[in-house]
Amino acid sequence: MAGAVSTSPARPGGLWLAFSKNRLSWVGLVLLAAIILVAIFAPFIAPHDPLEQNIVVRLEPPSAEYLLGTDSYGRDVLSRLIYGTRISLTVGFIAILIAMTIGSTIGILAGYVGGLFDQIVMGLLDVMLSFPTLLLGLMIAAMLGASLENLIIAIAITEIAPFARIARAPTIALKQRDFVEAGRALGFGPVRIMGVHILPNMISDVVVMGSLWMASAIRTEASLSFIGLGVPPPTATWGSMIREGFENILDAWWLAVFPSLAILLTVLALNLLGDALRDAIDPKLRAE
Amino acid sequence: MTQAQETALEIRGLRTEFRIGGQWYPAVRDLSLSVAKNETLAIVGESGSGKSVTALSILRLLPQAGARIGAGEIRFDGRNLAQLSEREMSDVRGNSIAMIFQEPMTSLNPTMTVGEQIAEAITIHRKVSRAEAMAEALHLLKEVKIPSAESRLHDYPHQFSGGMRQRVMIAMALACRPKVLLADEPTTALDVTIQAQVLMQLDELKEAYGMSVLFITHNLGVVAQIADRVAVMYAGEIVELAAVDALFAQPTHPYTEALLRAMPRVDRATENLEPIPGGVPAVTAMPPGCAYAPRCPYRQPSCEKDRPELVPLDDTGHLVRCPVRLAKGRG
Repeated sequence: MAGAVSTSPARPGGLWLAFSKNRLSWVGLVLLAAIILVAIFAPFIAPHDPLEQNIVVRLEPPSAEYLLGTDSYGRDVLSRLIYGTRISLTVGFIAILIAMTIGSTIGILAGYVGGLFDQIVMGLLDVMLSFPTLLLGLMIAAMLGASLENLIIAIAITEIAPFARIARAPTIALKQRDFVEAGRALGFGPVRIMGVHILPNMISDVVVMGSLWMASAIRTEASLSFIGLGVPPPTATWGSMIREGFENILDAWWLAVFPSLAILLTVLALNLLGDALRDAIDPKLRAE
Repeated sequence: MTQAQETALEIRGLRTEFRIGGQWYPAVRDLSLSVAKNETLAIVGESGSGKSVTALSILRLLPQAGARIGAGEIRFDGRNLAQLSEREMSDVRGNSIAMIFQEPMTSLNPTMTVGEQIAEAITIHRKVSRAEAMAEALHLLKEVKIPSAESRLHDYPHQFSGGMRQRVMIAMALACRPKVLLADEPTTALDVTIQAQVLMQLDELKEAYGMSVLFITHNLGVVAQIADRVAVMYAGEIVELAAVDALFAQPTHPYTEALLRAMPRVDRATENLEPIPGGVPAVTAMPPGCAYAPRCPYRQPSCEKDRPELVPLDDTGHLVRCPVRLAKGRG
């Protein structure tokens, strides 16, 4: 039976090949790169100060001076949108990073230790999973109070359970593998086996889901900001911009539409990228 | 085999049990054997005879749930391994007792270079720097005769062939200069030519390192090539234990005899191969008497009632678990 069970994970070269063959993955990649560049170079791109109020030009429609119009305080919508990119990406990225770290740790532990521990931990996480993300985030954010840090924490907590699930399944498969047993025969302790021998063999699955769920984290951020539980004003975030625009939707459509479009594009980019990565990694979905 | 030699590993009355349907059934029954320093002891038997379970019991690598060492002692270095804590046990594993597995294709971590994996086996038991460990890893790769070891040190397992991977596994097992090496069918997955090379190398390394080797196999040809003594296992117990020459010259237990007749040989026509009728009894349905009795052509009524003991055939340490054959041999 030599080599019959050669299910080693996709190697970087093959992964890249599978990824780059998919045209939509390029759309996602370019789009996301553009969004990240906008966030990084916000001060250079933004035509105006996002916080500067000018009551004379309040609720101006898009014009040459204000490309996407102004809001009810006379602030430039385009500039606020550009600065809002920073908040959305930061919140999405850090929250997912925290959730990924904690969630994968819990998942690997549960999968490796197994037995009663596994059942209790995963049972508790199932309870968390049974709440809709937004509702859970809302409860935590309301409990902690509105600030950027609390928003990140709230979103991170809502995403822990799915990461634990994603990490647990491959761990259970990997701990049966010969090289893990060989490691035990060499005297490796459980921490070393989990960290050095199981984690690197499953991290790609987790990272791929991370890119998908970053989109959902950004949506949650926008939703929480929309209902006023996000970053407090006057900081520009996409969610709070939509809320302000919502109040004037009939006479100033540009206030709500452009931040919505920004969220749409970001979530689309992350989803395209995540899907492409998942397809590239999953041997079942990979054609030849 | 002279008895004066120092014992490296001694198993006394080992019983390893598995839980099936809420009840414990022994897969290894009352097994006693000792491996002398520098000796290669082969354990042979067909699938399900308890060979691998014996090796896994020594290192206590049995699955945590549903398996246990029910009785017996595993004496090594003045200690009983069966009673060590898990922490003490990890100190023994890979350090003073190492193991190589059957499947070289999947026994290496696909995400680490072979050099890193060998170095890891060293750093875990020895206080050495990473650089020193890598240097030692390179030395070990050369020792197991991996061509252009310097460049292969940084290669990943998938860049190696089966035979080369098994050499890497051997290098990892030897990393801490173990006193005892458990080899669980290390050559079964390899081509015959590669198999011969790996066996020869194992033998050389055993001499060079002064190791004792417990060699598990179902291949009697391999036994003849590498072993000093042989233990034949059937249904979880040793049925015959003898020096390798004595076993091939004078197979006494009916099962050993049948095994030898079922082995293809260059000097005989293959039509003369005699299969052994029947199969190994399941652990849940062990006959009360001799486990081999249902398949044995020399069966007596008493065989089905009383479980035979392992008794000496002569004074050379040749042990046999068959009263029928013993009576004939002496009388």
